[in-house]
Amino acid sequence: MNTLFDKIWDAHVVQNVTDGPTQLYIDRLYCHEVTSPQAFEGLRRRGIKCFRPEKIFCMPDHNTPTHDQDKPIEDKVSREQVDTLEKNAKEFGLEHFGMLHPKNGIIHVVGPERGLSLPGMTIVCGDSHTSTHGAMGAVAFGIGTSEVEMVMASQCILQQKPKSMRINVEGKLAKGVTAKDMALYLMSKLTTSGATGYFVEYAGEAVRDLSMEGRLTLCNLSIEMGARGGFIAPDEKTFEYLKDREYAPKGEDWDKAVEYWKTLKSGEDAVFDKELTFRAEDIEPMVTYGTNPGMGMGITDSIPQLDTIPEEGRESFIKSLEYMGFEPGQELLGTPVDYVFLGACTNGRIEDFYAFASIVNGRKKHPDVTAWLVPGSWMVYDQLKREGLDKFFERAGFEIRQPGCSACLAMNDDKIPAGKLAVSTSNRNFEGRQGPGARTILASPLTAAAAAVTGKITDPRTL
Amino acid sequence: MKQKFDIIRSRCVPLPLENIDTDQIIPARFLKATTREESFFGENLFRDWRFNPDGTVNKDFVLNDPTYSGEILVAGKNFGSGSSREHAAWAIAGYGFRVVISSFFADIHKNNELNNFVLPVVVSEDFLAELFKSIKENPSMEVEVNLPEQKVTNCATGRSENFEINGYKKYCLMNALDDIDFLLENKEKTEAFETAGL
Repeated sequence: MNTLFDKIWDAHVVQNVTDGPTQLYIDRLYCHEVTSPQAFEGLRRRGIKCFRPEKIFCMPDHNTPTHDQDKPIEDKVSREQVDTLEKNAKEFGLEHFGMLHPKNGIIHVVGPERGLSLPGMTIVCGDSHTSTHGAMGAVAFGIGTSEVEMVMASQCILQQKPKSMRINVEGKLAKGVTAKDMALYLMSKLTTSGATGYFVEYAGEAVRDLSMEGRLTLCNLSIEMGARGGFIAPDEKTFEYLKDREYAPKGEDWDKAVEYWKTLKSGEDAVFDKELTFRAEDIEPMVTYGTNPGMGMGITDSIPQLDTIPEEGRESFIKSLEYMGFEPGQELLGTPVDYVFLGACTNGRIEDFYAFASIVNGRKKHPDVTAWLVPGSWMVYDQLKREGLDKFFERAGFEIRQPGCSACLAMNDDKIPAGKLAVSTSNRNFEGRQGPGARTILASPLTAAAAAVTGKITDPRTL
Repeated sequence: MKQKFDIIRSRCVPLPLENIDTDQIIPARFLKATTREESFFGENLFRDWRFNPDGTVNKDFVLNDPTYSGEILVAGKNFGSGSSREHAAWAIAGYGFRVVISSFFADIHKNNELNNFVLPVVVSEDFLAELFKSIKENPSMEVEVNLPEQKVTNCATGRSENFEINGYKKYCLMNALDDIDFLLENKEKTEAFETAGL
């Protein structure tokens, strides 16, 4: 009780349905092209409009190509899905940032950077990585398409109130260890279902010390532990980040908002259904070795032996390693890498490019590696250009592509070929996620850069 | 598809793997459809496990094994993790499953199943292990899922277990009503909430 989650949730309760869920008011609905067409279709079938169109923002990101966006999308089905979103947004009177629009990008990158996602809000989107926006101090979670339709129709959603969990990471992260490593470490401890049924508040010195971009990365990955969402109480860093952003309140409204936002924290006496504490010093750069994000280890560790795996999990464990082409007990350092992907709603922000650049720093891309560097939005892309980083990367043999979800889930052309091994800053290493037969190792931008310049799995701390 | 749910007695299809994610249930390349034809998604349920990379049928996969059939899918722990794609629930419904039994479901996917009139039934680890054993011993054994009584029975061993579902959702399933019908009826409450101010 008296957690920040309770405060935000309770402030949005329209009613509690008898022997049922809560009718929760939603402040912001984001729509992308993949999980929205059937929701719009549903509204048409029912003959209704969007209840509060001004609270809904649409943009394509999953299907967008990362080159030649000024030309029609070659894949006919992708093109139709992107066009359908534009038509639907127009028909229902919704704001739409189409391809090449300066505000386009991955929805979870654009929301925070434009000041659309604010502390204390309830935010939903038909996308499990909606938890990203929790970094702003909002209650943000992914929903299905029926639920998207629900919010369009009523600006509300019916949800069971999740349980609350606080994860404290105390101490200081070592040099070369990032928010991504912290998240992969937590997943390796909790497994992909360890936080199912919970909403997570991240706290502790190492979390507070993260930049806003690091916090976005951490909250982004909440779903990979099974959590409905994850968030961090807003603080001066949050306000500093949001001030003067396009859709953030201005003038007197800003002062009033900050005054309210400052009250958004868990009480000293807050009681969580579960509370866990970890030490930042225990975390080293992380890599995954299997086919779910919870199968991760320190980069200098070895893959677990079969006898350390509980019996009911062994069949899945063996299937997973067979897919990856790895053996129990194997070390991954030195393993040759074919592809490197920097981007996604997890690590497609400007600081992620700075981190990647810090490792490149005078080195060149390894000739055996194909590298895709994909900014999360046009805002990130423009900043890279403005600061000359595009030229910096070009000189090192890298090319900056155009923004979108790209190889994270390979709905556009950016597919890792079957059998190839990729070090990826994205969020999922599921079978076939980055293309049929593709093998994915999840890691931080630093570790991805180290692989890109050496052509193998390399500890970024040694470069 | 909206349909009334009551008692289902059926044979089962076993999938004793843990952490089956929605990318496996329906790979991303099938998410490009803009309409909601369940049959399309049903045809591509577990696509990359059902078919080999060259397009031939993977005879080792359970959905291609004529020994097993039925309206009930029985899966290992943490079913439906990962992406929020409702297409996974459409694929399950489109294939003809009306019930999924597991010892643990991922949150979003569980809601998606309920919103598509597929019933996720959570059973104990022990019940699940015994059920996998029963199906292995006799693939034509049946399971009865009784929604009014919230009871699931392994008809081979006679073992029953109660399962949970909130009263509201149970009412919706039994009467083929969805959440949007409810929310539209409650519009005045939403407007009153807005007027009161956040």
